[in-house]
Parts: sequence; C-alpha cells; structure tokens
Amino acid sequence: MALEELIKESAGSLTIKNKVAKIDATGMYYRDLNTLLRQLDKNGIENIQVHNVCGQRYLGTDLKGNIKLDLYGTPGNDLGSFMKGVDITVHGNVQDACGNTMDNGKIVVHGRAGDLAGNSMRGGKIFIRDGAGYRVGIHMKEYMEKRPSIVIGGTAQDFLGEYMAGGVLAVLGIGMKQKVHDARFVGTGMHGGVIYIQGEVRHMGEEVAVRELDTDDYNILKPLVEEFCSYYDMDATKIMDGKFNKLIPVSSRPYGNLYAY
Amino acid sequence: MKSYVIPEYIIERDPNRCIRCKVCVNQCSYETHCYDEEDDCMTSKSENCVNCQRCATFCPTNAITIKKNPNVYRNNANWTQEALIGIKKQAETGGVVLTGMGCDKPELTYWDRLLINASQVTNPSIDPLREPMELRTYIGSKPEKLDLDFNNGDMELKTKLSPQLTLETPIMFSAMSYGSVSLNVHKSLARAASEYGTYYNTGEGGLEKSLYKYSDHVIVQVASGRFGVHSEYLNAGAAVEIKIGQGAKPGIGGHLPGEKVSAEISKTRMIPMGTDALSPAPQHDIYSIEDLRQLIFALKEAVDYTKPVFVKIAAVHNAAAIASGIVRAGADAVVLDGIRGGTGAAPRITRDNVGIPIELALAAVDQRLREEGIRNKASVIAAGGIKSSGDVLKAIALGADACYIGTAALVALGCTVCQKCYTGKCPWGIATTDLWLTKRINPDIGAQRLKGLLRGWSLEIMEMMGGMGINAIESVRGNRLVLRGVGLTDTELKVLGVRAAGE
Repeated sequence: MALEELIKESAGSLTIKNKVAKIDATGMYYRDLNTLLRQLDKNGIENIQVHNVCGQRYLGTDLKGNIKLDLYGTPGNDLGSFMKGVDITVHGNVQDACGNTMDNGKIVVHGRAGDLAGNSMRGGKIFIRDGAGYRVGIHMKEYMEKRPSIVIGGTAQDFLGEYMAGGVLAVLGIGMKQKVHDARFVGTGMHGGVIYIQGEVRHMGEEVAVRELDTDDYNILKPLVEEFCSYYDMDATKIMDGKFNKLIPVSSRPYGNLYAY
Repeated sequence: MKSYVIPEYIIERDPNRCIRCKVCVNQCSYETHCYDEEDDCMTSKSENCVNCQRCATFCPTNAITIKKNPNVYRNNANWTQEALIGIKKQAETGGVVLTGMGCDKPELTYWDRLLINASQVTNPSIDPLREPMELRTYIGSKPEKLDLDFNNGDMELKTKLSPQLTLETPIMFSAMSYGSVSLNVHKSLARAASEYGTYYNTGEGGLEKSLYKYSDHVIVQVASGRFGVHSEYLNAGAAVEIKIGQGAKPGIGGHLPGEKVSAEISKTRMIPMGTDALSPAPQHDIYSIEDLRQLIFALKEAVDYTKPVFVKIAAVHNAAAIASGIVRAGADAVVLDGIRGGTGAAPRITRDNVGIPIELALAAVDQRLREEGIRNKASVIAAGGIKSSGDVLKAIALGADACYIGTAALVALGCTVCQKCYTGKCPWGIATTDLWLTKRINPDIGAQRLKGLLRGWSLEIMEMMGGMGINAIESVRGNRLVLRGVGLTDTELKVLGVRAAGE
C-alpha cells in the first residue's frame, strides 16, 4: 500500500514527514500495528516513532530495512524477536523476551527489562538501563564474527546466562548499595561465552569458574560500557573503575562423560 | 578394568571364498576387520562388530557371515541378555546407556493388530490402474465454512484461506537434523521431496546453504537449541515446525556431541567447532500453552503469516488435552511422535519406557479435537515407527492427515537399523559427519531410492483404497469404520475407536 493510502486509512493516527513516521498506537491491536510497520518499512521510511505503545507484541520482528524504531510506552513480549538489523530505542520498560532469538540489530531500553531478555540471541546488542528479570541471556550463542552482547545497568535475577554457549553478558551493578547480586543459578550449564559482572555473585552453576579480567577482557568490555553510557548520559570511566568479575565455563563440553557407550 | 561385556556378534569368514581383497577392512568404520600382511590372512575382531551388514553386503564373494554370538547367559525371561549387558556396561562406566533408532520392543506396536477393510459384492472396489485416485492432501488450518460469491455462473471464494502445504502423497520426511545425519542425506531427502511433491524437515540443525533452492519443499524446525534459526532460515521454508518433544525421548533435550560438530556443521548451526550442541529439555520461552501461543505468533509474524506453523510433541499420557491446547494456541498442524519414533541418540531407558504408542495417541487426539469441534483448525500428522504403506493408511483412518517417516527413509538409503547412530561412525554414511563416510551416500542415487519408496508406498495405498471402493485419501481420514482390531482388549478398542474383527 502506498504511503498516502496508509495515512488516509489511519484516520489521523499516522503522520509522515521527511521519511519520519509518527504513529499513535493507542488501542491498536498488535497485528495491525505490525502490519503498518511492515508497510512503512517497505515504503522506505527510515525512522518510525510509535507513541502510546502499550503491550503490543513482536514489534520490529519482521522489518527488513535499515530502520530506526522509537517506542514510547511499554512494548509487549517478544520485542524484536528473530529481528535482523533494526535499531530500536524504547523510552520506557520492556516486557518479557525482548530480543528473543535475535539475529542482528540493537535494542536500547530506557528503563528495565522483564524475564528472558536475549533468549537464544545470536547477534546484535541489547542495552538495558536498569535491572532485568529472570533467565536473561539463556543459551546465547556465537559464531565467528557474530557475537551477541547484552549490557544490564543494574542487576538481574536467577538463571542469568543459563546454558550460555557464546556471546557477552555484562552486568554493571549501578545503583546497588552493597554490590551483592541476589541471582541464583547464574550460568548453570554454561559452555561458552563470558559474563562480566560488577559485584559479588553468591550462587552459580557448578560449570562456572570466576576469574580476574585480563587485557583482552577489558578490550571487549570497555567499548560496550562506553556505548552503554553514551545512550544514558553516564560516566564510563567511573563504571570501569569498579571491580568486575569474569564468569566463564569450565568446559565447552559439560556433559562429555555422561554416557556409557 | 576388565570388561565383562561379551561380544554380541561373531564373524565367520569362509576361507574358500575370501580373496583377501580388503573391501571389508575399508568398509568397516569400527575397525572390525584387519589384514595381516606377514601371514597374508584376514582376521576379525568380533567384539567391535555392530552387525550393520556393510561388510557382508559389499563382500564381492559373499564370504562373510555375521551371527548372533551363541554364547549367551542362561536363559531367563526376566534377566534378559540386554538387561545383563546394560548393567555390566553401566557398572564399568557409570554412565547413561545410549541407543539409536526407535524402541525395538514388539509389544508396543498396534498397527499389526489393526486390519483394513475391502469391498465384496456391495459398493464395488475400484481399479486404481484404470480409475483416477486422489492421494493429494493439504496440511494447514481449514475454515469452518466457505463463503462464495456467485456472479453470472462464475464462482468466487470470499473466505481467506490459511496457508496450506500441498502433498502429492500423504507421506513426508520427518525431522532429522544436519549433524545427526550427513549433508548427503539431507540432499537426498530434499531432492526426493521436491521431485515427488512432498516435504522434508530440516530438524533443528539449520538448513545448509546449498539446500535453500529446495525451499518450496522444506519444513524448517525451531527447537530448544535454536541452532541456525534466523529470518532467512524461517523464510526459506514452506512451513515452520516448533519441536517441543520427540517420541524417542519425550521430555528430555539432546546433546550433539562435540565430536560430531565439524567445520561444516558448525557453519550451519552457527556454533564453534567441537563444542557440544546442547538442546535444552524445555524451550526456555515456553512454560505454558500461553507461551506456546506467543512463540507460534512470533513465528507467524516473522514470516508475515504466509506459512503454516506446526507444533510437534511426543505422544504422552495427556496427548489429547495437550493437542487441544496446541490447536487453541493457533498451530496449523499438530505433529504426534509415538514411542517407536527414531532418534540419533537417546538414553535407552527413556526410549523404551517413556511415552505411549502413536496409534493410541493419534486416535485419542483426533477424537478429542472432533468432540471439541476444533478438528478443522489444524491438521494432524502422525509419526513414530511407520514402516509400511499399510501403517500410513491405518494412521490416516485413525485420524491423521499425513504421516512423517524417518527411519523408513534412512532404510531406503541403506540403513540397517543397527541402533548405533550415536557413535557417529555409521558405516552406511548416514548418521555421521565424518567426510570419509558421508561420501558413501550419493545424493543422486539417494534421491532415486527415496522416490522409489514414495512411489511404491503410494501405489500400495491406492491399491488398498481401491479395494475399499474409496478414491480419495481424504475420504479415509478419520474413517475408523475401515479398520477392525484383532487381539485387542475392550479398552484398547475403545481408545482406538475401532470395532473388533468380526463385529
């Protein structure tokens, strides 16, 4: 559908100016909203600002273009699932499973994330200003240059990085009075990737070893923290001055000796 | 530690026939045969033999005979040879006993106790060689009713149909991942499916780049490991299948051992070489029917509602209620995989003890969906130990829209069901990623053999349908009057919805 038709059909909820589209998503069903986003994407719109987002699921999932999405409000579950290449900024919190099995692109959250952020993520970046829920970064994986990363400003809950097979998870512990994370079962079944965490982790899987960071680690972590700080107007030096721990898997084959042949 | 496990097989070599050509040495990947240069003689290490019959098949003079080792423990109906050997192996390794292929226990098969009807005198039978016979069927959600527009004798469909797969025969190739089987196996399956007009399922190891050209005949699977899942992959398929469970190992995940994660496998799965590819037992974004609905629609969004989404579960005790939930969650097809379903590797204890036979699960699911008035909303696909066209036809009569075959397809390619897939050394070049072995499958010949199987079974199905006086496979679906049971209890007959033979 051409842009003129879309605007006409939207009855005032869509306006377009200089390849920038504004949508008022009040009361809009998720399928209708996603269909509209797809149409705008196909018509070469470069930036879509969606206002009054309230629980609509799968935003950004099937957008093909090099597009920037600004969401105001609280997007629903599976924000950017299976997503490739879209640049999403959320001015608010996100619900569960944002970046689920995400392939590429970026999600910047000006708030907190629910459970399961970055589940089975394969590429791209997620930045979360505040804390995150349970099971964040489960089974993230990496291959060659495709290395996903998640940076969480505050803390995260149980099962952080469970089954982790690749990628980088950074937990900065900003705003924690005593830097002790409540999360239990951190990295259970971990067999790849790395978790950088500021503060103490009290309970983790037996597959995990705690190490000091070396120069290579700082070369990975520093640019991520700097990028994180650039979105939220924070001081990267101050964060990097804090003490980080590195969590890595003991083996890339945790279940190698489980079987009788 | 000295192993107390005695060899299962012994190899006899006829010295009058053996020409010491060493074909057996080269064919065996378990290093069973050797040639002694000094004495110019052949020897065999029977303890290595898995009875795959590769050497016997390729021996040019038929000099090799493989026999079950006559050394058996004292006969005992309770403490069988299998039980004793399993215990000894575990005592020696402290591990889980692995196996390959489907459950091999005879008591779990119902197909052979169900018999198909034929016309005699009334309702004449049809000769499929001369009369048209319709094996084509469609997989996907069907509308409750069709709205039509009539204009001056022209008819137009007003109802928007859900995406459907068109099958020229009600048989598809079930999920076997690239990694558990070789690329040449995938090439054979993909080519046969596309040339015959049916579908092949990628399993959860991703779709190799060279197979994207068969995409109209590919079902792409999304399982708990999410290996190789990205938007090109999802959009490459004609349908997307969410795998919750599999008949051989309901409720547990999978480990593709690091040894099998070669450079090629790592590229398609998109994980580093040599690491274990772990598929967690649950999908971590599915802890409820509501979560399943969320993933179904996430996938539908990812493919812009252009492809049907299947959900595959292992046949378990509450399969009927679960299937009802799956249909209500928005799946376009429910796949049921029974206890005899095959696998590349599963703990033997799970394979042989967990889950229920496909026949009972299928009948219960079809019945339940009909009672709830939602049978049209999703197709039902039966899988798990379907070994003949008779089984396919019986499954359709019990309510399936189509069947998946896995083991039967591998047997067509050469597999002898030796149940050692988990070693990664398959001498037939099927369940292996070792390039020395995988070249034993030639995709040209493989595709031809698979098409032969599809054609043979299709002809047999038409023959049996004709015998019943039925000329369309869709008229058999859920038509349980064409079946009768023998040697079944009243309860079994009731679950199957079938009368006893003679009734």
